[in-house]
Amino acid sequence: MNPLAGTAADWVGLAILLPFAGFLANGALAFLKPKAKRTVSVIGVGSVVAAFVVAVAVFLAVRAAHPAVPYVQTFWSWIPVGDLSVNAGLQVDQLSVVMLLVVTGVSSLIHLFSVGYMHDDPGYARYFAYLNLFVAFMLVLVLGASFPVMFIGWEGVGLCSYLLIGFWFEEKEKADAGLKAFLVNRIGDVGFLIAMFLIFTHLGTLDFRETFARAPQGLAAGGGTVTAIALFLFMACVGKSAQIPLYVWLPDAMAGPTPVSALIHAATMVTAGVYLVARANILFAMAPVASAVVAGVGALTALFAATIGLKQWDIKKVLAYSTISQLGYMFVGVGVGAYASGMFHLVTHAFFKALLFLGAGSVIHVMHQAYHHTHRQADAQDMRNMGGLAAYMPWTARTMWVATLAIAGIPPLAGFFSKDGILGAAFARGQGQPFYLLVWLLGIVAAFLTAFYMGRLMLYTFHGPNRTGDLERPYLTEAPWVMTAPLIVLAALTIVGGALNLPHVETLRHWLEPLTAQSAAFVPDLALSGGVEIGLMVGAALIGIAGLWLAGRILKPEALLPPERAPQETGFAKLLLEKYRVDEFYRRFIIEPLVWFARVVLWKGVDAGLIDTAGVNGSAALARGLGWIGSRIESGQVGTYVVFFLIGAVAVLAALLK
Amino acid sequence: MLLGPSLAVSAILFSIGVMGVLLRRNAIVILMCIELMLNAVNLTFVALSQQLGLDGQVFVFFVMTVAAAEAAVGLAIIIALYRHRDTVNLQRINLLRG
Amino acid sequence: MIVFFWIVAGLAIGSAVLCITRRSPVASALWLVNTLFQLAAIYVLLDAHFIAAVQVLVYAGAIMVLFLFVIMLLNLGRGGPSDIKGPWGRVIAGVGALVLLGELLVLRNVTPPWSLQLPPGTVASAVAERGAVRVVAEPLFQGYVVPFEITSVLLLAAIVGAVVLAKRRL
Repeated sequence: MNPLAGTAADWVGLAILLPFAGFLANGALAFLKPKAKRTVSVIGVGSVVAAFVVAVAVFLAVRAAHPAVPYVQTFWSWIPVGDLSVNAGLQVDQLSVVMLLVVTGVSSLIHLFSVGYMHDDPGYARYFAYLNLFVAFMLVLVLGASFPVMFIGWEGVGLCSYLLIGFWFEEKEKADAGLKAFLVNRIGDVGFLIAMFLIFTHLGTLDFRETFARAPQGLAAGGGTVTAIALFLFMACVGKSAQIPLYVWLPDAMAGPTPVSALIHAATMVTAGVYLVARANILFAMAPVASAVVAGVGALTALFAATIGLKQWDIKKVLAYSTISQLGYMFVGVGVGAYASGMFHLVTHAFFKALLFLGAGSVIHVMHQAYHHTHRQADAQDMRNMGGLAAYMPWTARTMWVATLAIAGIPPLAGFFSKDGILGAAFARGQGQPFYLLVWLLGIVAAFLTAFYMGRLMLYTFHGPNRTGDLERPYLTEAPWVMTAPLIVLAALTIVGGALNLPHVETLRHWLEPLTAQSAAFVPDLALSGGVEIGLMVGAALIGIAGLWLAGRILKPEALLPPERAPQETGFAKLLLEKYRVDEFYRRFIIEPLVWFARVVLWKGVDAGLIDTAGVNGSAALARGLGWIGSRIESGQVGTYVVFFLIGAVAVLAALLK
Repeated sequence: MLLGPSLAVSAILFSIGVMGVLLRRNAIVILMCIELMLNAVNLTFVALSQQLGLDGQVFVFFVMTVAAAEAAVGLAIIIALYRHRDTVNLQRINLLRG
Repeated sequence: MIVFFWIVAGLAIGSAVLCITRRSPVASALWLVNTLFQLAAIYVLLDAHFIAAVQVLVYAGAIMVLFLFVIMLLNLGRGGPSDIKGPWGRVIAGVGALVLLGELLVLRNVTPPWSLQLPPGTVASAVAERGAVRVVAEPLFQGYVVPFEITSVLLLAAIVGAVVLAKRRL
């Protein structure tokens, strides 16, 4: 009997139902009374806050009970087919409760922020309906007790991502961005499906508890099967969590409203991939090749995205590439075997990245309003139009600086501890396997670049001279309190969040131990000697400071020209600005051949040529032909009939002769 | 002893009759070729009656009787047809064309 | 004996071929008459004397005369275009007839069941003993008397039919 039975954990389903009910209510309102903004706000924010309350209650129950095995609640038998039995169930354990808190907590803050941000938008009710639906699906994802249930959440958040990115679908670019996100995600989802098939074939179950219990005996450690499973699962992560080569949807996803970017593309949805690896840690631990791939891809992505962020002018694009880069760090963490470190970075990143996005949202909101007043058509998101905003938006500036210091890895903020945990683990593993030293090195370089581009962002946005324009300047002001308050809360979390997993205390790692203990047999020990550890920590801090300092030294915000008059970039800078032309590469070598194939071969060739001409028209022609033959046979001429007579007689005789 | 050759002759005459039916357009000539076919069959009967009994010859008797009746009626039809269509060329008589 | 048979058979086949290829229907009819005569000769060789006589009397003497009557009645004697079909027709006719001939010749090799076969010379001796007519009459009026009577009804129907069909006005 699981110690969690009979406690608040029994009500965990409510955390899903409340936002879902919010979706239904707001959806109805979107059709019937779209102007009822106050009602929508109350329902939208209230449902998620209520879910957060449930989450806290469940967390307290788990903390009191210390369950050694996950607590699974089965609601009904979903797929009972032959040997396969999948139940609709939710799982409460240390890992899912961490995600539960993060999702509901950060969602609540972002919902509150949205009340201010989306206030003047005609699609207000629709927005909150979609946002609630997203929270519901995300919770299904993190609370699911088996792969298929998780997959429902996985797909559902993909759907909501599409709906929300393309929220302003009247503009074709934005609608296309939503479509791009969904389609690229789908490519990764194939990996999830194939992994599920393999798991079922070899282990006979898709339930988390059962799968991870049977895995060590049912699969050969380091063998082909478990490596294949892990790699296919990682393929899904590559899509959902925007790693190389399927990251291309995330920068485009910035077309959606900024709170959406904060929630979905910073704090929650994109972290689903990391959660998946952490959840299936036994499978990855048993497949060292796959884990190396995870770490390698993560490190490469971290560096790659960081370089692109160096030269972007759109404030949201910088943050988008930053997200991709930080996700790479998380995958380094779980790829190296430090599952708790990866999750730790997930949590801290949720705090400071959401803060960064919401802060950027505040800035964009204010810039928009200013341009609205002066009827000027300028890009409210281009940093070249900003500058010196710290004087006008002090709270926003302060909180964003907190986040910048965190992401750059400056102690004692949360980002320092989480990033250091990952890099330390990579270094430790690299002692035995040199490959991981390379991973560590890439991570260090990426850390330096991270500090640099974040410093650049802050410098161009909040400091230096203001480039917005004299007419607009009177309208630059701090954002409304409903938008600034979440920023302050997140900043506070960023400051104290490091306490979750301080070195040697390692609260989070011990918390997650019941779920990662199984993998310990397959992963080398990642402890470092005290001296090395301190050396690494100091080194990481220095690198962060160096990046920020260098940005301050080299970059000259005074020399920035507005986008209309800015000179063309040249050389390597141009390549970075054009994000290494990866999208163009995909278009030329993947999309266009596929479209050609679909149009020429499948449409004109098969559909029009084969099916229409041969099939439909052909059968009509055949019928007509047969009818023509028939009409010629009935000639009314006796001579013809005699010939047929003879043919028949000859045939009968021939049969007789046999 | 004469059975084999008789049957061969019968087969040849029958085939000639068939060829005549297919070859000619004149209705009366076609009827004559049909008579030829009937005679070939008669020859078969008679030839085989040597081996299998006199019933063969009785049968020939009946065949001849029926052939006579059929020729009479057939020619009457041709006369009636000639009165209506003024021709016995079977290719012109195609009112039953479908 | 067999030489005689082949001569007569050859004449029969020859006149049959001529029958089907003549342009004039009268000529065709006359060649058919010849064929019938040759067949009667073959019947004699096969010990079917009565049948041979009936063949000449009925077939050549009555039926072919009727044919000639009708030909003359419709004035089809001579003249008029050829009624033999064109090249395609000839090809079809030739092929069809040849195929049929082939099959029939193959069919010849089927021997009747041994149990039914009579010892050779039975018919000849029967004819010698009882006379040609009696040999046919006895089965006809004893075993086959019912078909005989029905045949007479058939002839009646044919007469009535022929009269009705050929009338100018009903």
